[in-house]
Amino acid sequence: MPKPILTIKNLTKTYGQNVIFQNLDLTVNEGDTIVIIGPSGTGKSTLLRCVNLLTRPNEGQIWLDDLEITAKGTDEDQVRQHIGMVFQNFLLFNHLTALGNVKLGLTRVKHLSDEEATEKALHELSRVGLADRADHYPGQLSGGQQQRVGIARALAMDPRVMLFDEPTSALDPELIGEVLEVMRKLALDGMTMLVVTHEMGFAREVADRIVFMEKGYIVEEGSPDEMFNHPKFDRTREFLWKITELYGKKEKEAE
Amino acid sequence: MDFGQFLSYIASGTVYTVGVTLIALPAGLLIGTILALFYVYGGKAAARVMNLYSTIFRGIPPVVLLFILFFAVSKGINLSAFWAGSLSLGVVSSAYQMEIVRGALLSVSGDQLMAARAVGLSRMQAIRYVVLPQAVRLAIPPWSNEAAIVIKDSSLVYALGVPEILRRAQLIGASSQQYLLAYLSAAVIYFLLVSLTTRMLNHLEQKLSIPSNP
Repeated sequence: MPKPILTIKNLTKTYGQNVIFQNLDLTVNEGDTIVIIGPSGTGKSTLLRCVNLLTRPNEGQIWLDDLEITAKGTDEDQVRQHIGMVFQNFLLFNHLTALGNVKLGLTRVKHLSDEEATEKALHELSRVGLADRADHYPGQLSGGQQQRVGIARALAMDPRVMLFDEPTSALDPELIGEVLEVMRKLALDGMTMLVVTHEMGFAREVADRIVFMEKGYIVEEGSPDEMFNHPKFDRTREFLWKITELYGKKEKEAE
Repeated sequence: MDFGQFLSYIASGTVYTVGVTLIALPAGLLIGTILALFYVYGGKAAARVMNLYSTIFRGIPPVVLLFILFFAVSKGINLSAFWAGSLSLGVVSSAYQMEIVRGALLSVSGDQLMAARAVGLSRMQAIRYVVLPQAVRLAIPPWSNEAAIVIKDSSLVYALGVPEILRRAQLIGASSQQYLLAYLSAAVIYFLLVSLTTRMLNHLEQKLSIPSNP
């Protein structure tokens, strides 16, 4: 019996009259990689932010393991420690080295000693292949390297689940591969991951389930085989065809 | 009296000028930074109060405030002209420094705060360890401007009778009837103090700059 790590029920988010998504249900089981796809503006990023409590949903519940994190009086800082987040624009702390970026949460949130934090941070940096860049500042790193530091920073907190918000969308095509490679490795290591991306190659190879979202609703979800080869809805087929075409072209151009 | 004595009489006022500056500037920085944090992160009501504070203190000539604060304060507590003048200038400067720090805080992208919260830092921690260190760097150039202004405004305490550079230039000018020479000497000393300070702060700015590839 698979163990759910993240359970989302009836989640609704609106900004004024603007409904971002409505009555969303989603379960993420331990060790699963779930890829969310869909046109921009359909609430994928907002969904991730709700899971991390960076945005408060209007209605509905989210459970992390057995804890309802949307309940009143939840310690948000406590919850976020257990949820890793990787941003489209990396959002490394500009004034800190790669090591400093990974260490900050360890010393200030987990209260590790400086020595312990350094050791752990170097370990996480080597997991993403950047131990030799530990003393570089974000401005001295390529986009791909910055994003890998961003992943290491989130991993260092030993999260229950990792959220990826279009982690490769801001990268030059030749730098996308190194980030996807790190994510692929993470998935193989059994990390539970919720990924918003347009990288169909990654989705097809790595995802346990693909969720297609449009206009604030989950249109369809299923295994990569079901989604790519036997989608139930024309809309899913259409979107996948379009996006594969578009990104396939980009990949060819990059070669 | 030879020129050496003449000049050293004026120059000995530097102790007071530097003293006033070294009290007013840090006092203004401390108050200004605290107020700026309230302004930016304290919600709407706090922002309105801070805005009022800033408008009032920036809307009145420093020398008028100096007199008001001096006479108001010295009625309550027995404060020397030197301390009263220095602290009053600090209050005046705090309004300007608040605006400098506020601008710097706002220049650090809100995304940085969000990224820090995502790691699990509390709001206070995120401000302290992520936003402030970046804001300090952004604040140095405008702050260097304010430092120069405070050094020059320190001459205002002469109105309270503190024997700083300008006061001494005036006194010795009167006694020797060499007004032009006296004020020129004062001007040169102020100029040297300001340019030395600016240079030191430029150096600090470079030292703290975050390395990046061109």
